[in-house]
Amino acid sequence: MQMKRRTFAKGLMAGAGLVAAPRLITSARAADPFKAAWIYVGPVGDFGWSYQHDVGRKAVEAALGDQVKTTYVESVPEGADAERVLRDLATAGNKIIFATSFGFWQPALKVAKQFPDVKFEHATGYKRADNLATYNIRFYEGRYIQGVIAGKMSKSGIVGYIGSVPIPEVIMGMNAFLAGMRTIRPDAKIKMVMINAWYDPGKEADAAKALIDQGADIVAQHTDSPAPLQTAHDRGIKGFGQASDMIKFAPDSQLTSSIDHWDDYYVTRVKAAMDGSWKSGDVWDGLKSGMLKMAPYTNMPDDVKALAEKTEAGIKSGEIMIFIGPMKAQDGTVKIAEGQMLDDGAIAKMDWLAEGVEGQLPK
Amino acid sequence: MPFRLEARGQNSVLWSWLSPVIAILATLIVSTALFAAMGKPAGDALYTFVVAPASSLNGLAELGVKAAPLVLIGVGLAIGFRANVWNIGAEGQLILGAIVGGGIGLAAGDREGFWILPAMILGGAVGGALWAAIPALLKTHFNASEILTSLMLNYVAQLLLIYLVVGPWKDPEGYGFPQTRLFGDAATMPILISGTRVHLGVLAALIAVALGWLLHAKTLLGFQLRVLGQAPRAAAYAGFSGAGLTWFALLLGGALAGLAGIFEAAGPIGQLTPSISPGYGFTAIIVAFLGRLNPVGVLLGGIVLALSYLGGEQAQIALGLPKAITGIYQGVLLFFLLAADLLVGYRIRLVKRVPAGGAA
Repeated sequence: MQMKRRTFAKGLMAGAGLVAAPRLITSARAADPFKAAWIYVGPVGDFGWSYQHDVGRKAVEAALGDQVKTTYVESVPEGADAERVLRDLATAGNKIIFATSFGFWQPALKVAKQFPDVKFEHATGYKRADNLATYNIRFYEGRYIQGVIAGKMSKSGIVGYIGSVPIPEVIMGMNAFLAGMRTIRPDAKIKMVMINAWYDPGKEADAAKALIDQGADIVAQHTDSPAPLQTAHDRGIKGFGQASDMIKFAPDSQLTSSIDHWDDYYVTRVKAAMDGSWKSGDVWDGLKSGMLKMAPYTNMPDDVKALAEKTEAGIKSGEIMIFIGPMKAQDGTVKIAEGQMLDDGAIAKMDWLAEGVEGQLPK
Repeated sequence: MPFRLEARGQNSVLWSWLSPVIAILATLIVSTALFAAMGKPAGDALYTFVVAPASSLNGLAELGVKAAPLVLIGVGLAIGFRANVWNIGAEGQLILGAIVGGGIGLAAGDREGFWILPAMILGGAVGGALWAAIPALLKTHFNASEILTSLMLNYVAQLLLIYLVVGPWKDPEGYGFPQTRLFGDAATMPILISGTRVHLGVLAALIAVALGWLLHAKTLLGFQLRVLGQAPRAAAYAGFSGAGLTWFALLLGGALAGLAGIFEAAGPIGQLTPSISPGYGFTAIIVAFLGRLNPVGVLLGGIVLALSYLGGEQAQIALGLPKAITGIYQGVLLFFLLAADLLVGYRIRLVKRVPAGGAA
């Protein structure tokens, strides 16, 4: 089901034939730029999730110049409002619209039906249509590297992990982190808190403080603000950034950060929409294709840095598999048997926490 | 000081209606200056913000959809606030309305039946009223401030909703995401104007305004509520039951907020998710005051606030202005409203300067 980015590139080359040529000339006229739009769930200034999508939007502007005109609407609530915003953007003449949060799936599906000529793209979702594609990043690959680093850097063997909402993406990230950490320390533990929000700096910082007080000496986060990392910095311990390079918020603390790199994807897709080669599909890429990047490995000894780089290379080459057996759930049941590995379908639906994670999922 | 503030003794009816008008005008002037300072042509910006959202049938429909929950909740709150019953828990009551009404809709599944929608709507009202009954009980039996109890119950309601949508009510085909199944056709609010999103809740909001006005202006109960608010001891001497009126105000406010919840969930949203309301229960407090705690005023206040949200989106789409402009706009409006409210109770007197020499 997964469409590789190479396929797009091919399509793009094919589209550069005679048929597309007259259209390219019209769209190259300065008065008639191709309109592309984004909606964000948070403020562009969150320095995390929405910020990084906006970096991608700016990359489209930089790459395509005055051939495109981009628009964004920020802090769109995941409820009744998203449908109106999407429809307004389609009515305003945008030809491709990126809805960048899971909660936008239903509005995107509805509006996509009403505007068959407009291309829609929904980040982190699973519902597709002829003019609605989905795309996501394998964030868990970065979490695994973070886990390996934490295994080397932690003295107590306890990581404080601030989660957002108990969805598969957050759960697989936590399990991948622990899997990485347990390659170094088989006794490693994660203490986790779900704050039930993606962006709430106050709650995020409170959760970080509580976890540090419970003995965690490394802070990891799956929430969007730099607050947990800043808290770690204030307490003099190490942590990981989220979505963007957050080193300037915690110069002595950030070990690395998984950076969401939407730039190339957005440029490719907008170009495809412009030349008519756009197709619906699902993209789920990670370190190998560069959709996920790691911030520089800092604040760690050289041997740990070398190990982190080796791990990153291993994931890229496919030498390191992350969800391989044996792996047990919290209650001890075997989830991945020895010698087995999970396929993408099972990873995408993950609803169990690995043995070694402390804290319960709602049942 | 050549000017002096002088108490009117009695609130001016004229100024209580003029004050929001002045506030809106002053807001328009300040926001125009603000747009100009941001390098946007002031006329364009103002048009985009205030006129464009309501300049098409679909725009007007969206305005109604956005204003409906604010007005529904605002009417209930206004009646309560008149009686000095400070229900700050409308957000939680909205959520409980969505949970109870939505629960009925989910239980109905794909079944057909004329009874499903009425049962959901009734469930929404009952759910909201029951949630409001908790602060009412704590207030009348333990004298606990309903401001604090109703406020804190908002968080409990939100957590309950999250528990349900990630736990027992989670969509089994939803990849583990926090959401319920979609409501069936028979459990979805009918669209009143085809091609738009105007649903039954918009009509309900208008009915609530009419009934609220009747209660407020034409009934003994409305009079009792007002007396309780303005002079609790006079109400007691007159033999009005303070506890009974408190119960009534909270249950009414809760029921209306609960209705707003089920109309949203089974209307434009179509399922239960953790984010049913972007803070309507809190915004409705502003709406109630903007509308002078009068149901008809609440209708106008709800429309003004809804317009500011839609205008904020248009300003982002058409002009590339940041979202913060919506917040600034609303803040400026409230600021001027509170300032202009001074004129309701006070008049400004020009004081003739008395020569320094004094007596002749």
